[in-house]
Amino acid sequence: MSAHANLERRRQAIYGWLLLSPAAVLLTIFAFYPSIATLWSSLFSRGTRRNPAEFIGSGNYADLFADPTFWLVVKNNLFYAGVTIPASIFIALAMALWANSKISARGFVRTAYFTPTVLPMIAAANLWLFFYTPGLGVLDQIGSIFGLPSVNWLGQPETALWAIIIVTIWKEAGFFMIFYLAALQTIPEDLKEAADIEGTSRWTYTRRIVLPLLMPTTLFIAVNAMINSVKLIDHLFILTKGGPSDASKLILYYIWEMAFAFFDAPHAAAMTILVIAVLGLVAAVQFFYLDKRTHYQ
Amino acid sequence: MTTPPFVVLKDIAKRWNGQLGVEGISLDIPEGSFTALLGPSGCGKSTTLRLLAGLELPDEGHILIDGKDVTTSAASDRNLSMVFQSYALFPHLSVAENVVFGLKVRRVAKKERQIKLHRALEITGLLGLEDRKPGELSGGQRQRVALARAIVAGQRLCLMDEPLSNLDAKLRNAVRKDIKKLQRDLGITVVYVTHDQTEAMSMADTVVLMKDGHIQQVGAPEDLYNKPNNTFVAEFIGAPPMALIGSGAISGYGAGQTIGIRAEHIQIVPKGEGRLRCTVNESEFLGSETLIGLKHADAVGLCVLKPGLSMMPEGDEIDITFHDDNLHVFDAAGHRRAAS
Repeated sequence: MSAHANLERRRQAIYGWLLLSPAAVLLTIFAFYPSIATLWSSLFSRGTRRNPAEFIGSGNYADLFADPTFWLVVKNNLFYAGVTIPASIFIALAMALWANSKISARGFVRTAYFTPTVLPMIAAANLWLFFYTPGLGVLDQIGSIFGLPSVNWLGQPETALWAIIIVTIWKEAGFFMIFYLAALQTIPEDLKEAADIEGTSRWTYTRRIVLPLLMPTTLFIAVNAMINSVKLIDHLFILTKGGPSDASKLILYYIWEMAFAFFDAPHAAAMTILVIAVLGLVAAVQFFYLDKRTHYQ
Repeated sequence: MTTPPFVVLKDIAKRWNGQLGVEGISLDIPEGSFTALLGPSGCGKSTTLRLLAGLELPDEGHILIDGKDVTTSAASDRNLSMVFQSYALFPHLSVAENVVFGLKVRRVAKKERQIKLHRALEITGLLGLEDRKPGELSGGQRQRVALARAIVAGQRLCLMDEPLSNLDAKLRNAVRKDIKKLQRDLGITVVYVTHDQTEAMSMADTVVLMKDGHIQQVGAPEDLYNKPNNTFVAEFIGAPPMALIGSGAISGYGAGQTIGIRAEHIQIVPKGEGRLRCTVNESEFLGSETLIGLKHADAVGLCVLKPGLSMMPEGDEIDITFHDDNLHVFDAAGHRRAAS
């Protein structure tokens, strides 16, 4: 290869690295290093003045697996994810299909659906606190019209997690709808016309054409919803604080409690590592397995 | 006429928010014919096709297909197939799945589907590409998938909306012949929208020339070329199009008329013997002949063809002549005068 071509290639390579470096530096400082540090600290015992921290290997993990609260929180979180992810995806899709059809006041419908997303989670939680409050709350007020007894939605173990789930779905569906709306707009109008001429029903068209073409979006949303299911806990602080008797406690809230209420950083670190491992695994399955079955334009 | 026409459009009108779409479209299309809707962009040819397909509903008028009034029928009840300009292939389905999509929707048995698929792919030369996705095909192959999808439906009426406009010139010529042969072999009725007069003139039995939502002329290609109804048809059809001369410039014709003449009917004569004196404007070498553009105060589009390479210097004054038999006379409103 001639000298100037070589020089040009090196110039391109340096240019590329220069462009990458700001993100690489930031990610290293604020993501990679903390992850490694967390993994490292999860292998040590909790140090006190009298007993300095010492290396205990998987000891912290063994403690967690023996802790019934940990298993309850895991169960809660799985249930929470298992309900919120499909429900918010389904509702988002339904709303997007409706808001994308030729209806009057389409702009208003879209804005209305998107509003919950714009609200900060804390504000949304306060709003729902007002809905759920026994006696005074909107739900009870409506219930009393029909003569139903007052229900303490957030205060009893049977309903607390459900109350949290509904707030999450309400908050997320509008956000996901925006992605579906954007994807729907990239489907050319004439596909519908071609299907119409063949006599395709609306349902068949949606199932055979629209849903497959929305698969990349669905995959993206599913990954996001999954991450959110362990990430979104702001409303727990306002609504239930994990109670009653841990019935609505989710994993991130428990990690926070462990680290900043019980000041047990090593156990919190161990739990964080477990969460990262599980999220990484599920994301890998979604991207490597589902990706192959998804059509990208 | 012994048999009633296969497709009838009667006084069709379609307007958008008071703006003109198409107006007063009446058309009889016999079975097994190839009809081209031709015209410049925005003339309403695609609208007419979409009205016929049932993708739009007319504000006025009636549409009959095979004797049945389908004016308000859904697209699927009109027993027709359609080839879209963009091909409208389903990007996530393979070639085979795209082609049999309609058969599947209509619940045709799998065995029959396979036979029809094989035949359609054979006709369009797509065998061996069954499992490809549209994204993995060339433009010409995609176009043939769209054709195969229209063929496999087995409908007697096929609508085509500028199916060749996304292909390069060479491919367009080849596919043009394929489509024409296909239409003959299958004996189907084709209504074909195009803005390219070469396509319309070479493929169609009947050309419908439209402008601003109105039909200007309906006829065989040679009728449009040799007997244009009005000055718009005269100026649209042919390459180069017909030249139009104000009647005042030629002796023997009354004022207020327009005289049309085609380039091939004009001869250059020695100075003093011609009927019109013009200035050479440009010379364009076309290969077998040279097109000489001429300028005259009372004429537009005047030009003459000379065999072989024979460029003429710009600004030269020359005399031209023509025979009265080759002149087309239009009245002040631009309509052809009968028996001129």
